[in-house]
Amino acid sequence: MEGTAVLGRLSWQVAEVVDVVEETPRVKTVRFEIPGWAGHRAGQHVDVRLTAEDGYQAQRSYSIASSPDGTQVELTVERLEDGEVSPYLTDVLRPGDQIELRGPIGGYFVWEPPQGGPLLLVAGGSGVAPLMAMIRLRAAVGSDADTRLLFSSRSWEDVIYREELERLEGGGLRVVHTLTRSPPAGWTGYARRVDAEILAEVGPGPTERPRVYVCGPTLFVETVAQALVQLGHEPHMVKTERFGPTGG
Amino acid sequence: MDALMLDGNAVAGLLQEVFAVEMTTAIETCNACGATNEVGALHVFRGAGIVMRCPHCDNALMTIAEGGARMWIGFAGVRTLQVTV
Amino acid sequence: MPPLISRGFRGRRGDAPAGRVPAGQYVTPDFPVLSAGPTPHTPLDRWDFSIVGEVDEPRRWTWEEFRALPTEEVTVDIHCVTKWSKLDTVWQGVSVDTLLDGIETSAEHVIQFSDGGYTTNVPLEDVTGGRAWVAFGYDGEPLEPEHGGPARMLVPHLYFWKSAKWVRGLQLQTYDEPGFWEVNGYHNYGDPWKEQRYWGD
Repeated sequence: MEGTAVLGRLSWQVAEVVDVVEETPRVKTVRFEIPGWAGHRAGQHVDVRLTAEDGYQAQRSYSIASSPDGTQVELTVERLEDGEVSPYLTDVLRPGDQIELRGPIGGYFVWEPPQGGPLLLVAGGSGVAPLMAMIRLRAAVGSDADTRLLFSSRSWEDVIYREELERLEGGGLRVVHTLTRSPPAGWTGYARRVDAEILAEVGPGPTERPRVYVCGPTLFVETVAQALVQLGHEPHMVKTERFGPTGG
Repeated sequence: MDALMLDGNAVAGLLQEVFAVEMTTAIETCNACGATNEVGALHVFRGAGIVMRCPHCDNALMTIAEGGARMWIGFAGVRTLQVTV
Repeated sequence: MPPLISRGFRGRRGDAPAGRVPAGQYVTPDFPVLSAGPTPHTPLDRWDFSIVGEVDEPRRWTWEEFRALPTEEVTVDIHCVTKWSKLDTVWQGVSVDTLLDGIETSAEHVIQFSDGGYTTNVPLEDVTGGRAWVAFGYDGEPLEPEHGGPARMLVPHLYFWKSAKWVRGLQLQTYDEPGFWEVNGYHNYGDPWKEQRYWGD
């Protein structure tokens, strides 16, 4: 039931690394064990805090990519070239390492199975993480809600969760890729940035009143959200999560 | 459109740290243009502190300054805030 | 509970030469972009800079007039209240002394005002005597909009929120008037060497 949870104050918790798995050359998923973790909703995020020995701190937010799974939580992190936190998470963390995080956070950008569909999920790169939590939760509870994932990636090698998405497709879930930089030979799918035309073709249309979730870099989200509104989707049916330029 | 801009859910953790209720689904009314929005949908900017602006008219609704053990939250642009308790 | 130290985490920090970096600051190799609002885009043919308030006659320069004024190149360290410092930054600008040259005023306070509504207050003596500029160039290039272009204030001896981006003028006043951040928890004066970040510091 939305909004009735007794949240209490957020506090920093210790999370221990269980596993670090490569998804694509730039992206890794880090699985954490968090004692006392009380679960989360699909779409929520955590704040991660790193502290250097001299007290210097950096903090970033990361969407939870896993569906609720006891005290384990997965974050999917793209290593940004000049990033301060992301290279640490992808390149330095080893099983057994501990970091601080707090969460789960956010009641705005969430999907819960009783809400049903139709769902339109629009992902730009690593913005797929919270949408994957929704897709995984949907599969875990056996929902057949009409769900369409429109997923923009640079190239086929950069498609995060590629095989898992192939396996999950069907039963009401449809996955449409667009590759913006280097489509493989023989590619017949979309090969450009998401625009109004692609959104209209992938649908569902505004008359079906889908819940729309858009996540990715700020400019991607901005472009997609404006296009959706221009296509006739009501603004309050379009929820956005922007990964700002300072995230990294 | 601004590359710096985030959504209200980017500061969800900070707000929850203070208010202990879910803030991103709280509904604010802008005192400049009257538009209502969930806090999660507000436009967030990071300057010296955080500014949350009305998506319709850019009015500065809330500001947040974090000073270690003290935090200042300004609600100058909010006419009213509806929170589920 | 004290924060947990993250094994092997250093962050992206530069060296801090002795005496150059105020307490609580870290040197950054980048130039972080921070803003209280969306980036304004005033076309240069509509831009002007004004000196108003406690002056006999307000002054106003168009972009052409402003760029015809004597300019200086200065190399300064800048310190942001969000804890990053950037050393040896090179700016091109017009000294505030040049803009106020010949003005008679009983004002002791200045409000910097910008496109988008941002304001910040400084004592008049903190923007005169070679301590402040209206900067239009950074590192030899025109100041980019995200960094405050076409012109921003440069008051390096105070925290950088006291250097208004997209500045359009100075209002001289006999009374102080806390600006955007100063009414919302930030220190009224903002001396980084005394760590005056917030109210009561």
